[in-house]
Amino acid sequence: MRGDPHVHELIAPASLEAVLELLAAAPGQWTPIAGGTELMVAHAAGRLTATRLVSLWGLSELRFIRSDVDSISIGAGTTFKDLRTNSTVASHLPLLARASAWIGSIANQSRATIGGNLVNGSPAADSSPALLVYDAEVELVSARGSRRIPYADFHTGYKRNAMMEDELLFAVHIPLRFAEHRQYLRKVGTRRAMAISKVALAACASLEDGVIREIRLAAASLAAFPARLYGTEAALQNRTLSAETVERACLALLEEAKPIDDIRSTAEYRRQVARNLLAEFLMQIGTEAATL
Amino acid sequence: MTSPSRTIRLTVNGRNCSVQAPPMKRLLDVLREDLHLTGAKEGCGEGECGSCSVRMNGDLVNSCLVPVLQADGATILTVEGLADCGKLHPLQQAFLNCGGAQCGICTPGMLMAASQLLSINPHPTIAEIREGLAGNLCRCTGFIRIFESVIAAAASGDLHPQSETIHAR
Repeated sequence: MRGDPHVHELIAPASLEAVLELLAAAPGQWTPIAGGTELMVAHAAGRLTATRLVSLWGLSELRFIRSDVDSISIGAGTTFKDLRTNSTVASHLPLLARASAWIGSIANQSRATIGGNLVNGSPAADSSPALLVYDAEVELVSARGSRRIPYADFHTGYKRNAMMEDELLFAVHIPLRFAEHRQYLRKVGTRRAMAISKVALAACASLEDGVIREIRLAAASLAAFPARLYGTEAALQNRTLSAETVERACLALLEEAKPIDDIRSTAEYRRQVARNLLAEFLMQIGTEAATL
Repeated sequence: MTSPSRTIRLTVNGRNCSVQAPPMKRLLDVLREDLHLTGAKEGCGEGECGSCSVRMNGDLVNSCLVPVLQADGATILTVEGLADCGKLHPLQQAFLNCGGAQCGICTPGMLMAASQLLSINPHPTIAEIREGLAGNLCRCTGFIRIFESVIAAAASGDLHPQSETIHAR
């Protein structure tokens, strides 16, 4: 059934402080809405259960990309258009720039925000695998103050996260230390634009004389939320890159991945494609290492 | 509970407008029902098909996904604002010449997405055109003639990106 705009209250406080006061006064009563690319879909379909919404769109305190010598901070209200057109992101965080360019369409990228992508918590979230392998932290803010936690600890279950009811996602902080790392991101979907991932895999690794010294792997659509693949990482850590290592890592991934069957794909296909993506990444860096 | 309507001010195709609407009413519905601008169409209603595309403050948006409160004070360009005093925009002329429209449902969105693309990239490659229009679905004439229309408009040399944003009516 079509949603009725009269049954939803929507207000737009003029400052972040005013939004936080609102959340503090009535925790859990207000649903933040940024670019609306998720909630307005539910609204149109008559599935939006939230009756009181508070707009974050247009709050300048949430829309920024700042860099200093050792990190980049991205405000939660930063759109994917902002991210894909930012030269600092393009040069230092190529995986995030690429993910931002393939989210939805140009019209979606004008409105969808990185904060919305993370808080919505889809298992298929496009920006998540890159942020996980970049070892990002998220900063949560409330009228009580702010706190930072590893992004890898942010999602706690299907569409559940570590935020308290009076908190907002304020920013994502990413360390700048990956210039020499091998980086990889590939998304497999029905078509290039607009498609929600069947599976996506990101990787970030450093090698020393053919030995993997640092490795982070993360996937979308292999579990109830976007997550690191710690078991597969362990199968690679401090190993010499060889055919045997690749085989061992692929077996670890098949063991660790917990995809589901749904309208977009099957668990078996997702598992197999994830394995192939991992093998592709490892073969790429193996080839690079061999030619050095 | 009934959410009260409030005054929303918009500049649409160069004209200042003021409407009374519930804040969660979709920009698409305000354009069509309150301002009687029926160029933007509702296709999927979930941001997948692009037939409701308009330009808001210089960005391409799906107007079905914009609660009108978030458009308060915004400058909106719809397909009705593309032609200049009865003279078709080069994209509109190219769609006519190249057979870029068949049933016409997707056409307003295609034109707005294409005008967005050409405003920032007057001479796009075919890959850039495909990307710029990737969020707009056509289900009859097919995409090739639409792409050819955009190429023809870009080649016509009639584009004035700086002046195309608004034509006062």
